[in-house]
Amino acid sequence: MTETPLLDLRNLHVGIPGQGASVDIVKDVGFTILPGEAFGLVGESGSGKSLTALSLIRLLKKPLAVSSGEILFKGDDLRGLSDKAMRRLRGDRIAMIFQEPMTALNPLKTVGRQIAEMFVLHRGMGWGEAQKLAIDALASVHVPAPEERVRAYPFQMSGGMRQRVMIAIALACDPDLLIADEPTTALDVTVQDEVLKLIAELCSARGTAVLLISHDLGVIANMCQRVGVMYQGRLVEERDTYDLFANPRHPYTRGLLGALPRLGSRHGAAGRQRLVDIDALIADKESLSQEFCFEPRNPVRDPRLRAGGGA
Amino acid sequence: MKRFNLNLWLGGALVALVVVGAVFAPLLTSLDPVFDANLMYAEEPPDAQFWFGTDEQGRDVYTRVLYGARISLTVGIVSQIINSVIGLSLGISAAYWGGWWDDLVNGLTNTMLAIPSLIFALAIMAILGPGLPSLLIALGLTNWSWTCRIARSSTLSLKGLGYVQAARTLGYGDIRIMATQLLPNMIGPILVISTLGIGAAVLAEAALSFLGLGIRPPFPSWGSMLTGARELIVIAPWAAVFPGLAIFVTVLGFNLLGDGLRDLLDPHMRSRTA
Repeated sequence: MTETPLLDLRNLHVGIPGQGASVDIVKDVGFTILPGEAFGLVGESGSGKSLTALSLIRLLKKPLAVSSGEILFKGDDLRGLSDKAMRRLRGDRIAMIFQEPMTALNPLKTVGRQIAEMFVLHRGMGWGEAQKLAIDALASVHVPAPEERVRAYPFQMSGGMRQRVMIAIALACDPDLLIADEPTTALDVTVQDEVLKLIAELCSARGTAVLLISHDLGVIANMCQRVGVMYQGRLVEERDTYDLFANPRHPYTRGLLGALPRLGSRHGAAGRQRLVDIDALIADKESLSQEFCFEPRNPVRDPRLRAGGGA
Repeated sequence: MKRFNLNLWLGGALVALVVVGAVFAPLLTSLDPVFDANLMYAEEPPDAQFWFGTDEQGRDVYTRVLYGARISLTVGIVSQIINSVIGLSLGISAAYWGGWWDDLVNGLTNTMLAIPSLIFALAIMAILGPGLPSLLIALGLTNWSWTCRIARSSTLSLKGLGYVQAARTLGYGDIRIMATQLLPNMIGPILVISTLGIGAAVLAEAALSFLGLGIRPPFPSWGSMLTGARELIVIAPWAAVFPGLAIFVTVLGFNLLGDGLRDLLDPHMRSRTA
């Protein structure tokens, strides 16, 4: 692979700066995303997936901040950009969609206006022209009767439809990278699949790279070429998706895969497979600062993991 | 079944009455409020010719009350607009940005709430001198604290919502987020407090003019009419009663309208008061 990466994240640390011993919440995370590639980030709640994504677009909430590392986007370090340049990048080159389609749209504005606003904001268009493009954008996410639906308010739409509108807004300006933070968690299972297919279809048609954040390994397996597994703020494994599923290296990844129920696994009292559970242990400050943070939960005791958690 | 909103309709009707009186004053009376003075008819009781009687200079009280509505409404509405602009921009930005700016705005708001606003307005009038422009400034600078508080608390609850966060990821600047995402979503409570504020400003204008610091005689402000009528209260009570009644009707109207709007816009309040 000689292609220059679209996003090159190097040694990212996120923490709370200040006096005393600072604890990094995201530790030494690095991965690359090629143009047009779909990269998945999995991990349990609190493993730092969303923080990693938010630090990419510099929207970490105080007191959180990137303490060190490089975020190279098309070769430029985003950490060095002015606020204004960063604002222009957001929504235009890097867009994001969220988990909650019910609240992610402004209740007082028609969906057409909210899509059109992207063209006005980033392309300097007039409202009339932007409204026309909004109809096309709505049509592209397969919303039926887009000419009428542009005049609808969010409360008149279902969750799945709203998530489609969010996708239309995010992709309005043809960004290079789409960050999708658990885009289907809040949706019905049947709608989940449609929305994922839509994201995959639109992004591959436009050559948009995707950073898909999820704790659902099935979703990741369907969508992404490569996947990173995060655990307690570290990227413990970063592999080709197929390889990862065939041959997980890190004990945590094995644990995650073992915890998945499998369709077609044998039933009946004798042959039933038990789902593996990972010993519940909440990451506290102490274990966070430990060199070897999986140890208390590790069923394997693998000495290879002692060096910083990498596989 | 929807409950009949008496406050809204009664308040709306009273306000409409005052607005119609102010706007169509020249059509509703043939006299001039200042120059049609005739000492021949001084201190006439209400009759068919002078509906509200006449004052000590023989001016028609009915005419003066009508024209007085223009001053009261102008002062009430314009000063409330100034208050709203100040309160909204301070309140929204304080809650949105937080930090030292929030502390500063909070301190300022609490200080304003601690000083009786009429006393503060009185002090500003004393510096600026009487007249309509200084009245607008004085009342516009002294009654924004509640608007500010409401804007601040609304912002605090709104800024965590998905669409405000989403707007940031879509490249909206801070000012744009405040203007397009936050402000429109708090318009209900702001409308209520502004309506109540107009009533308060009308009352404050009357008080300042009564004290001689607002609109000066001979211009027909309800407050200054009361000053003139004070000495005649025994021999010509109508000269005081009708401007007083006008103040009462206007302030009551705006207060009822504000309460009615709140019932209309806030479903929680509605179920509680119903």
